[in-house]
Amino acid sequence: MGAVVALDALLDQRRIWKGRHTSTPRSGYPTGNAGLDAMLPSGGWPLAALSEILLQAEGTGELRLLWPTLARLTQAGETVVLVAPPHVPFAPAWHAAGIDLRHLMIVNAQGAEALWAAEQCLRTGCNGAVLCWPQRADDRSMRRLQVAAETGQTLAFAYRPAEEAVNPSPAALRLLLESATSQLRVLKCRGGIAPAAPLPFVAWH
Amino acid sequence: MRWACILFPQLALDAVLRTRADSDAPLVLLSGPTQRRVLQTMNSAARELGLRPGQSLTAAQAITNTFAMAEYDPAEIERWHQFLAAWAYRFSSHVSLHYPRAVLMEVQSSYSLFGPWPRFESLLRKELTELGFQHRIVVAPNAAAARALVNCHDGLAVDEAQLQKMLAQHPVDRLGLERSAAIAFSRMGIRNLEQILRLPRDSIARRFSKEVLMHIDTLLGARQLALACYAPPDYFDSRIELNFEVESHQALLFPLRRLTADLAAYLAGRDSGVQRFTLHMEHRDREDTLLPIGLLNTEREATMLFELVRGRLEQVQLPEPVLALRLIARDLPVFVPERRELFSERAHQSLPWEQLRERLRARLGDDAVTGLHIQADHRPERAWQTSNEIAQVASPTNQRLRPAWLLDEPVISEFAGSQILAGPERIESGWWDGGDIRRDYYLLRTQSGQLAWAYRPVGDSGPLMLHGWFA
Repeated sequence: MGAVVALDALLDQRRIWKGRHTSTPRSGYPTGNAGLDAMLPSGGWPLAALSEILLQAEGTGELRLLWPTLARLTQAGETVVLVAPPHVPFAPAWHAAGIDLRHLMIVNAQGAEALWAAEQCLRTGCNGAVLCWPQRADDRSMRRLQVAAETGQTLAFAYRPAEEAVNPSPAALRLLLESATSQLRVLKCRGGIAPAAPLPFVAWH
Repeated sequence: MRWACILFPQLALDAVLRTRADSDAPLVLLSGPTQRRVLQTMNSAARELGLRPGQSLTAAQAITNTFAMAEYDPAEIERWHQFLAAWAYRFSSHVSLHYPRAVLMEVQSSYSLFGPWPRFESLLRKELTELGFQHRIVVAPNAAAARALVNCHDGLAVDEAQLQKMLAQHPVDRLGLERSAAIAFSRMGIRNLEQILRLPRDSIARRFSKEVLMHIDTLLGARQLALACYAPPDYFDSRIELNFEVESHQALLFPLRRLTADLAAYLAGRDSGVQRFTLHMEHRDREDTLLPIGLLNTEREATMLFELVRGRLEQVQLPEPVLALRLIARDLPVFVPERRELFSERAHQSLPWEQLRERLRARLGDDAVTGLHIQADHRPERAWQTSNEIAQVASPTNQRLRPAWLLDEPVISEFAGSQILAGPERIESGWWDGGDIRRDYYLLRTQSGQLAWAYRPVGDSGPLMLHGWFA
């Protein structure tokens, strides 16, 4: 028995298979929710990728989930674009959430035009985040959004109904908001296995 | 002082050719009365077919009929002359249109900005070629000498020492003398300026009109030439007549690209931008179709202007074929370049937000992109406002909990099995401006877990009206 070999050195050489997947670098954009950050392999919203948020009904905290992120982006002077929001964003509430309204932009468009606008906003890369509400978007158009988000290095969020959960999606992250039980379930996350346990998500404080 | 003379040997042709996609096709310009049309000038392709200036149209058509024709319009040439002066004004503050078909500009004072003459010259040539004008350039210490030398030379730059030598060898008929004087000199056996200078001055004064000696003195720099300086017009107005009736947008794009490039050249010369301009599409029996283009920021980049007009043009329904395009820009505010960080944080090829916004507005309509502002009002309908101007951030009227989504119109809803979490909160306001409301708002949790904001008018026992979602 000769020299003492440091265990770290052996591990660094990557000759030993460790069985458990080493964690990928935590490069995501923090969600502002510590529990959610810990669940996601990237440690936050995947950068330069599309995140899908699936809703069972409106008014279940879907914006509350994003507000901390949007507040941080707008306060840093990055533009956040809402492409064809389903209702009027009520300015006092958004302001109270800490969002700098000077950097919040609304694009009014319908149907296919809205998808085009969202893609343009993503592809040009001058925005911090783009939120869209695609209606009857198929796999192809979602893929376009995902590619545009990669090209423009922009955070992209798409709100879709929960029925879409059964369809495959090119999004890097898929979250399902279960309104009846106030739970947040990760359906898919790139770079890791989706955690099975849901996160209790209290929309109401 | 160094004067550059840029001569446009075929200004009339270039003005017509640049509106056509195929500039190598034979083209002749016609003048004269309808009974006797005469070929005024033609391009080299037409010349190869055997056509010559001065031929009558019938004679030309007897030779061949494979050439295109256009009207030789002196007013049009004058307009292009003015345009070229506007272009030259970018490079020098002393621009003169003293000579026909030529632009004079003082260049020495611009060297510090555009570099030494060889680099400056290549810049001028590059831009002129892009604009589609053939040209010859000569630089000389005085304007008259530059104009005379450009008759025989191209790309020549002379200083005071060389000027005498260059002019001495210059042929008499190219000096710019009166025609009768030039003929008289050549009949006397005098071929170049050197021989004229050897003649006794008083005998020239006796034999010829006094303009001859004055012109020679001006050429040699002994006498100053008074030049009227060019002053740029205060608005841009350019028109391209199409040579056939155009029904599709696609065919309009080529002349449109020319128009926007001309506009950009003009704006750069004035160091201004454009915020509002109008594209006129002229029809045969109808009023012009107008396409007003309003931008939120001043712009002057050619490709961007083109893209913006194109986006709006594609949505226009043309009622009739288009005969001519005209672009008028009267509102020319000062151009303020956008401030950018030297070391941008976002290193990738990102388009500025202003350009993206214009692109979206071009396709989706002028009201498509809006900002969001708070208004100091208790009524939910009036507590927000969308607009394009960046307004002062008003602080909200109170810090109570408000929903993230507000429905456009309140809807009657059944909230069976819902639980009231908060309320009633009474909002009563607006009796002074006709928008009177008296409502009791409740915060409800529905059976499916949604958080709703609903109200009931005060004194009413009917169903609740859903007005927003706490999303």
